[in-house]
Amino acid sequence: MLNFTLRRLNLLFFTLLMLSIVSFSLSYFFPGNVLVNLSGEVNADQQRTEQLVVLYNMDKSIFHQYTAYIGQIFSGNFGLSMSSQMPISYELKTFLPATIELCLSALFIALFFGVPLGFIAAIFHNKPLDKIILTFAMVGYSIPVFWFALILILVFSITLSWFPSSGQLNLLFEIEQVTGFKFIDILLSDSQYQAQALKDAFMHIVLPAIAVATAPMTIFIRLARTSMLDVLESNYIKAAKAKGLSQAHIIYHHGIRNSLVGIVRLIGLHFANLVTVAMIAEVIFNWQGAGSWLIESIFARDYTAIQGGLIALATFTFFINILADFLYAALNPLERHKQHGA
Amino acid sequence: MKVKADSVKVKAINTLFMLSLVLLLSSCGKVSDDSALTKGIIYCSEGSPSTFNPQLATSFITIDATSKQLYNRLMDFDPTNFDKIPALARSWHMTKNGKLITFYLRKDVPFHQTDYFTPSRNMNADDVIFSFNRIIDESNPFYQSVAGRFPFFQSIKFSELVQDIEKIDEYTIRFRLAYPQSSFLTNLAAPFGVILSKEYADTLLAQGRDLTELDSKPIGTGPFKYREYRSGSLIRYVKHENYWRFDVQIEQLLFNISPGNTSRLTKLLTHECDVIAHPIAMQEIASRKDLALEEVTSFNVAFLAFNTQVPPFDNPLVRKAVAHAIDKKAIISAVYYDQAEVADSLLPKASWAYSKSSKTIEHSLEKARLLLADAGLADGFTLDIWAGPIQRAYNPNALKMAKLIKADLASIGIEVNIITFEWATFLKKLAKGEHQSVLIGWSADHPDPDNFFSPPLSCASLATGTNRAMWCNEEFDQLLKQSLATNDTTIRKNLYKQAQHILDKEIPLLPIAYAKRAQAKVAEIEGDILTPFGGISFENVNKKALQ
Repeated sequence: MLNFTLRRLNLLFFTLLMLSIVSFSLSYFFPGNVLVNLSGEVNADQQRTEQLVVLYNMDKSIFHQYTAYIGQIFSGNFGLSMSSQMPISYELKTFLPATIELCLSALFIALFFGVPLGFIAAIFHNKPLDKIILTFAMVGYSIPVFWFALILILVFSITLSWFPSSGQLNLLFEIEQVTGFKFIDILLSDSQYQAQALKDAFMHIVLPAIAVATAPMTIFIRLARTSMLDVLESNYIKAAKAKGLSQAHIIYHHGIRNSLVGIVRLIGLHFANLVTVAMIAEVIFNWQGAGSWLIESIFARDYTAIQGGLIALATFTFFINILADFLYAALNPLERHKQHGA
Repeated sequence: MKVKADSVKVKAINTLFMLSLVLLLSSCGKVSDDSALTKGIIYCSEGSPSTFNPQLATSFITIDATSKQLYNRLMDFDPTNFDKIPALARSWHMTKNGKLITFYLRKDVPFHQTDYFTPSRNMNADDVIFSFNRIIDESNPFYQSVAGRFPFFQSIKFSELVQDIEKIDEYTIRFRLAYPQSSFLTNLAAPFGVILSKEYADTLLAQGRDLTELDSKPIGTGPFKYREYRSGSLIRYVKHENYWRFDVQIEQLLFNISPGNTSRLTKLLTHECDVIAHPIAMQEIASRKDLALEEVTSFNVAFLAFNTQVPPFDNPLVRKAVAHAIDKKAIISAVYYDQAEVADSLLPKASWAYSKSSKTIEHSLEKARLLLADAGLADGFTLDIWAGPIQRAYNPNALKMAKLIKADLASIGIEVNIITFEWATFLKKLAKGEHQSVLIGWSADHPDPDNFFSPPLSCASLATGTNRAMWCNEEFDQLLKQSLATNDTTIRKNLYKQAQHILDKEIPLLPIAYAKRAQAKVAEIEGDILTPFGGISFENVNKKALQ
């Protein structure tokens, strides 16, 4: 396990290294002054500019500049946003939790519904139920999220008025922002309307989470189905059948457990996809997260925010990947002894 | 062991599933019992305010968000006959020569108490004097903290007009004017003439805090007080418990900043907004029982301003030709969906100084072609029309209007390029006069007719950068000045008629439409929000409990 951990951390280290080099080089590739692109301080006077030159080693070689940049990032200084002149780290702290909240909820929905549906399809392999689920998966996979999100709003907010169409919480609930995670903030607050606010926050997350979850869910359906089919074909299942175990018992005790192992491994891979979808959904649902913030930054040509957002979102995705790998290794002892990291 | 672990897991999953199911089911159907929700109002506005002090801005977004919510003025306008009525001043008196104006103040007006300031006294003469002194006294630290930028007061030359403001006693003050000006009282009653707290300003000075906090963390006497602002996202106001006029009905007032027309409409349809600014799809809103539409004829006018300092519009013949070629009726129906009237003068019809005799320039391609030939431009030419990218009270869609005008002008051989910029850049470039012509407009700050002539067309406004026609006419300016110097309405009306005559002849700008201002709200909201002047006010508004 130690070996495995070291390999993964090694991979993490090099990926983040590459990412930081890309992010750093963007300051040179973006139009405008390199120092302004790095620091985001558009209105710096002569004196401040001199301070910044020292801070970012601008008078030294590219390598020194890079190390200074890394140093700043590790001390939490991502520069200022060019459009709002607030520290990027502050904006990230405000907006990133909302994205994490949405992505995790969507991941939960995708797994919670996708995996069982896939299993059901596999168990009823080649029967009508299998075909129905597969069709659903195909359709769900083909629908673009921006269209699906609008349809959800049209049906469930405007026509049926079951769910609100935008935001994270009715603004009339005054919840102080502590962690940025709405649910945690509500639980931490001493508002007298805590229970109502919690329910309201739940109502707000339903539609965006469904919109984001749909595409990954269909992937999980197909993964779970294939994985279960493979397991059901394997010899130990045949042996169990020969032993006279009931079908339900076989699936519950052998089928599900063994096929889940294969799925866990792929969660990480598909999470990156989910984050991309979440960014689009955030704009449509007016969700104040890092995704809509990043898209606004792109409109405003806010280079520091683009760099900071890139690093933050990539790191977040990467950590989920590593986490899924660890989970997989914990579930599947065979993986720990492989020679090469993947 | 294993079986037990499994059953625990299954139980956990079952519980989780049931929980989400219960939550889901319990939430179907409309929320009705949340008292936090019934005591507050969410207003979906079209943009972020640039400051929290209307002294520093002329943008209607800022005025809407601040003036009548956070502050009071010495006087207000009667919503029906537009007369001045007492507010913070109980009464006032003007001497015969119009140079000395005395205000007698109310004694029972408390300021906001917030977590950043606790007032120790009610409003008195010091506060009123401070509020206006910061505008005229260049040595005042609060003049310097904003670099003396008071755009409205600069445009009416307030600091030249007011010689000094004298404190007679604790609750009486006197303005001494350099010369009489008939629109002076009306200007004070406009949304910019708000009263600030001197005690708060002194506290900022004494504690060495950032002086711009006076304008960014506001303290006023109005029906609501400032709680929170998240740039580009929301403004949170809460009820001012000791409001001097009456007990405000709602506990919270939220500004949900939603720049998109369709997103505002969606939020209204789903009742996420109680009130929205500048609605679209009015027929749909009017047809629904759960929604209501509020409409006022507001004092505004949309026009096409010609830059009279550069060719081709330095030639009045060309301006007149273009004026003849534009089909205003088509614009009213296509751009305003008939929520406007054809404008034939800068002055709206509701103004007392409006006179019918002003000559309308009829839509006639014949005349336009003849005029162009007279100007030696019969072969046609290329022309830039600038159009703003955002919806304004006077013009819901300037780009669409520009396209219609482009088609009109093509038929007399003029080729039009439509030019647009992001709004802040747009205004900056306009002030520099980089345009050939621009589709823009004017919303009045107060009912005095002078407000329609001086800010957009006087020589003084050429300097402050609000004169979109870059036009300065001595005779016209003299007429405006004469009219301001007298209080006799008949004389003034006559003078404005002459001024209007010059405009008809010179055509520095072409009035196109008087837009009505509409606001859509859910049916539970009671009370008038729109006012003909100075934007919106929530002090009289209440939210009926849902049955």
